[in-house]
Amino acid sequence: MFAEFLQYLLSGITIGAIYALAGLGFSIIYNASHVINFAQGEFIMIGGMSAATLTAAGVPLPLAMLFGLAAAMLGGVLIAKFTIERARNASVVTLIIITIGASIFLRGLAEVVWGKEFHRLAAFSGDDPIAVMGAAVLPQSLWVLGVALVLIAATGFFFNRTLAGKAMLATSHNRLAAQLVGINVRGVVLVAFALSAALGAVGGAVVAPITFSYTEMGIMLGLKGFTAAVLGGLGNGAGAVVGGLLVGIAEALGAGYISSAYKDAIAFVIILLVLMFLPNGLFGKRGTERV
Amino acid sequence: MLLEVRGLNSHYGRIHALKSVDLSVGEGELVALVGANGAGKTTLLRTLSGVQPATGGTIRFEGVDITGMPAHRRVAEGILQVPEGRQLFGPQSVEDNLRLGAYRRGGDPDADLERMYALFPVLKDKRRQPAGTLSGGQQQMVAIARALMARPRLLLLDEPSMGLAPLLVGEIFNAVQSLKRRGTTIFLVEQNAYAALAIADRGYVLETGEITLHDAGSALLANERVKQAYLGL
Repeated sequence: MFAEFLQYLLSGITIGAIYALAGLGFSIIYNASHVINFAQGEFIMIGGMSAATLTAAGVPLPLAMLFGLAAAMLGGVLIAKFTIERARNASVVTLIIITIGASIFLRGLAEVVWGKEFHRLAAFSGDDPIAVMGAAVLPQSLWVLGVALVLIAATGFFFNRTLAGKAMLATSHNRLAAQLVGINVRGVVLVAFALSAALGAVGGAVVAPITFSYTEMGIMLGLKGFTAAVLGGLGNGAGAVVGGLLVGIAEALGAGYISSAYKDAIAFVIILLVLMFLPNGLFGKRGTERV
Repeated sequence: MLLEVRGLNSHYGRIHALKSVDLSVGEGELVALVGANGAGKTTLLRTLSGVQPATGGTIRFEGVDITGMPAHRRVAEGILQVPEGRQLFGPQSVEDNLRLGAYRRGGDPDADLERMYALFPVLKDKRRQPAGTLSGGQQQMVAIARALMARPRLLLLDEPSMGLAPLLVGEIFNAVQSLKRRGTTIFLVEQNAYAALAIADRGYVLETGEITLHDAGSALLANERVKQAYLGL
């Protein structure tokens, strides 16, 4: 009974960590530009596919991951440079639709480069499960959790402790004032896309041994990352992390106790409920500002 | 001249907001710009700081043409605007707001931070609070201090007294005067024309996007037209 619950919980936390990274990516870009970047899932896919195909071709794993990271960051910067920046007078809705277009383009490009097949990436440190109080944990789950934890902590440190991070936050709080203290607000958008792409790509590489990698792997992971970001309150980094874990756990428990057929539906039920009853999310902005 | 503006034009869509404005500000001067609501005062400042594009004319700073330079690079050159309505980074702490003021300057801003706390002691007690939770007057102090953190060569002040209680207006104007005494070059935009002209070396009057009068501050205070239109005398 308890072992079963623990098993679901652990697998939920594992996948939730990836949703958290994707949600964090959504929040960073939203803060910098008020755009919801639906190509976030494709950054995950680029990371996963690069790691899987390059290691299969004999490239050492760290190098393959680094390549995926660079490719995703380049993709992110190009999206920002050639779509968001060019169309900066367009409405936010238009920009969001542009990101959907970019995501379709990236998937198409990936199919041309890597084909439509599933690619398998070997687990980083073997497949022998570790027994934890009756439940079994794959070593790869620990990799996912550890890497996600490091990335989330690093992101938190960047935004709360460094001047460059604070400048990015400041830009989201007040774009005009940011310009007036000398922050290059267009540069901030580029950095936000690069940073989000990096989070996605590393997440994609560490989760690939669990999910397999294929060119459409980013669709669901991206949408659930979006659910995580909305649940936590768009633009709230810590909220996105909590949201990601909650979505992952809810999904795993639902799949375990109700039916795995409804696994994907759970995230979308959550997003509907949040939008109807809690539009600002769990930790959304509250009015603390005096005018 | 530190700042030299010739034939400056600016548009909001089809609205011609600035019509061939000429003005200059010398090193160490305090120059005031007065005018009615909607005359284009804020537009002029925004065009000088680079957040509003010029559609004609030139802006020269220390002899260099900066008309097309983006806003963040003008900050690096030393042009700092304190915007109307404070425009703080509300959720971030007072100290973070001030440190971000030194964003372009680099180096260690700690000494300047202490100078700001000496200039506005109340901010030191509030330094860990979110800037958005301060009172209007304190927020105005943060806005001015944030710009000063960049060690400006030219400080553009937009309506620093707006929305403040009379006692605080005095305090802000005292701060402006003491900045001038320390050699800061200031271009001050005010609806409170009397207070602004009283402390200014020179003044300009802006009417529907055009400079209509230009004289020494005290001369403008004595000018019959200015008295009638802006001083309510």
